[in-house]
Amino acid sequence: MDPVDIGLWGVPLAILAGAIRVSTPFLFVSLGECLTERSGRINLGLEGTLIFGAMSGYAVAYETGSPFLGVGAAALAGVVFGLVHGWICKFKGVNDIAIGIALMLLGTGLAFFFGKPYIQPVAPKLPSISLGGWSDVPQVQSALQVNVLFLVGAILAVFLWWMFRSTRVGLVIRVVGDSTDAARAMGLNADRVRLLSTAAGGAFAGVAGAYLSLYYPGSWNEGISSGQGLMAVALVIFARWNPINCFWAALLFGGAGALGPALQSVGVTQGYYLFFAAPYVLTLGLLIATSSPERAMQGAPAELSITK
Amino acid sequence: MSRRFKTPQGAFSVEALGMTMRFGDFTALDDVSIKIEAGSFHALLGENGAGKSTIVKAIMGFYRATAGTVLVADREVEMTDPKVAQSLGLGMVYQHFTLVPSLTAAENLVISRADAPAIINWKTERAALEAFLARMPFSVPLDQPVNRLAAGEKQKLEILKQLYLGHRFLILDEPTSVLTPAEADEVLGHVRALTRAGELTVLMITHKFREVMAFADDLTVLRRGKRVGGGKVADLTPADMAAMMMGEAPTPSNRQRATVSGKVVLQLDGVRAMDRSGLKPIAIDGVALRAGEILGVAGVSGNGQMELMEILTGQRHLSSGKIILNGAPYTATRAQAKQHKVRYLPEEPMRNACAPRMSVAENLAFRSFDENGGEKPAFWKDSTAMARNADSLISAFNVKTSSPSARISSLSGGNVQRAVLARELTGNVEVLIVSNPCFGLDFSAVATIRDRLVEARNRGVAILLISEDLDEIMELSDRIIVMSEGHIAFETPIATANVAEIGHYMAGHA
Repeated sequence: MDPVDIGLWGVPLAILAGAIRVSTPFLFVSLGECLTERSGRINLGLEGTLIFGAMSGYAVAYETGSPFLGVGAAALAGVVFGLVHGWICKFKGVNDIAIGIALMLLGTGLAFFFGKPYIQPVAPKLPSISLGGWSDVPQVQSALQVNVLFLVGAILAVFLWWMFRSTRVGLVIRVVGDSTDAARAMGLNADRVRLLSTAAGGAFAGVAGAYLSLYYPGSWNEGISSGQGLMAVALVIFARWNPINCFWAALLFGGAGALGPALQSVGVTQGYYLFFAAPYVLTLGLLIATSSPERAMQGAPAELSITK
Repeated sequence: MSRRFKTPQGAFSVEALGMTMRFGDFTALDDVSIKIEAGSFHALLGENGAGKSTIVKAIMGFYRATAGTVLVADREVEMTDPKVAQSLGLGMVYQHFTLVPSLTAAENLVISRADAPAIINWKTERAALEAFLARMPFSVPLDQPVNRLAAGEKQKLEILKQLYLGHRFLILDEPTSVLTPAEADEVLGHVRALTRAGELTVLMITHKFREVMAFADDLTVLRRGKRVGGGKVADLTPADMAAMMMGEAPTPSNRQRATVSGKVVLQLDGVRAMDRSGLKPIAIDGVALRAGEILGVAGVSGNGQMELMEILTGQRHLSSGKIILNGAPYTATRAQAKQHKVRYLPEEPMRNACAPRMSVAENLAFRSFDENGGEKPAFWKDSTAMARNADSLISAFNVKTSSPSARISSLSGGNVQRAVLARELTGNVEVLIVSNPCFGLDFSAVATIRDRLVEARNRGVAILLISEDLDEIMELSDRIIVMSEGHIAFETPIATANVAEIGHYMAGHA
């Protein structure tokens, strides 16, 4: 099918397409970070986990021929990184932010080391579902090529929201995140809850990495991540630790990320590089706009080292 | 060895026999026996450090007593672990709240249950909770996050939680320290009704004679780790209790109050700010503090006194209005405070007035370390002067520290209080703004501190006294203002002050 000229409509369409396509890694990392932070710990290492997940997912998908096995491997790698973080942080005097940065560098370094042989080969891609069949316009059809993982992420966001509200596990995580003393008085082992939450959060970040290397952009190289793992941390704060808000925030960031390429495609040649910085500017702007020097952050888990 | 057994339905008795507790050389409890009859309301009185919390922790299994036994419903029990106590139906309500602040009351109750279901069906849980509350003499809003509840409601929820968990013997650790007199009467009245109905046995740690007289059936008094008295409350007078607690009756201090008519020093008008949550406004109008008077600010904690203190110390941003000090606007910079000779004792002095990791001597020198008698600040630190300053303040204010070079964070709360007071009260002071100056101090120290405040007043110092202790306000103030919901609700000179009326305004019934 030949592309139909749709003029400036291409910009909002590209932003929508971008929102769906680019948001998935943001969504998974931020849900993982949300889960970890709700338990009272912050894991800055998710950027490293994401890159290692991208590498391991790509490698396993290439070796086995199954992209889904790749996603599984990436999740498993994420669990391992999360467990390491959670285990080290239980020791007295260890700072979770410092460990996170160390693990971020470790994950990136290990991914580059083991990933060298996989830069050339081509791994099978994750399938997507066409939701644009109702339209004759090919641009709309391609914009609504929705990846399975995006849908999984959306369901996961709702699931986490429900879990924090209506399950024992969810309430236990919130108790631990809000007051270690109260948790101890209830006979809960705060360290174990945080260990498991960090591990699960790591798994989500691993999946986000697999999405990057197995779907969009869909190859493994050393520049695969553009800081999604770090921006997701800011995104969680912006989303006020609410998984549903994480979903909308991820869409917003995805859309902002698509702004630069979209403008380029409709012929804006001047300064479009500036629009490539849109997600970063948005991160800064939103954090400033939603913060206040006067009052404490609403909804922040009280045990979090950045809000104490 | 005792076997685990089920305690009977309803209230049961608890008895501690010959409890002794040693921490190294220090004997915190010396052969103390106490019996709390089934369905009784028993008060445990004593000064700070008398061993009240030690015996309670031994009963609850937090400590293993060096010697002694615990009997629950007349059976000997090995209290090795708080879980044993809980499984027998013993529960404790702590001085600080143990509720999870961001969870709602309903969520707090359900998750505190040992058998909380994996998936919570809120419809059935809500129905069960409402049925439970219907049987209770008091209720709390279930859907509000706990951090939005008033202190009285939190305390009620703490007690409800224990009952919800099926505990039939409750230890209340100074349960009314954060409540208004009216709230305290309400909560304790309900608790007593439960004991009368045979549903509950209560042991309450307290130092408020009024509550003991009004609500308790029996009484045990501890002093320095020993049981020094007790019996039926009906047979005792407050004077008897005070005598038991302190060894002898306290000599009422007859302080001379000179009439000092001073000019207005500090003025707050049209001052607006947001409270700590950022949701409720603070509005202070028409406060004028004169030289040579003590202006008492009464109120239940959380009604804006903390914010008032922060406004005056420059820790809180004003959205409008000005603080006028000696006719000039005041923004609480160090230079201004020095110029106008303003001193502070803020709330939580360790957090607001100390550098925790610095030494006691260094903390004591915060007001003087850069002074050398001249106009310009000193450049070099004078260690000798600092040490001299520390030695004199430590001995004058009886600060208990292992050495002046010990970190101030190693001191107990009462000693930190004394150290900060020593620093702030010494030197040339004209305006003194103090918050709960006697919090956590023992009787003798309280009398000394109050004497010093009155003495400063007689010298012409203007003192703003923010306190949650109404007795302290009544004892010291020349004039009283009451804060409620972030504004000044009431003002009265001491001559016509009436506790009932003040309590009325404190509770927000303006």
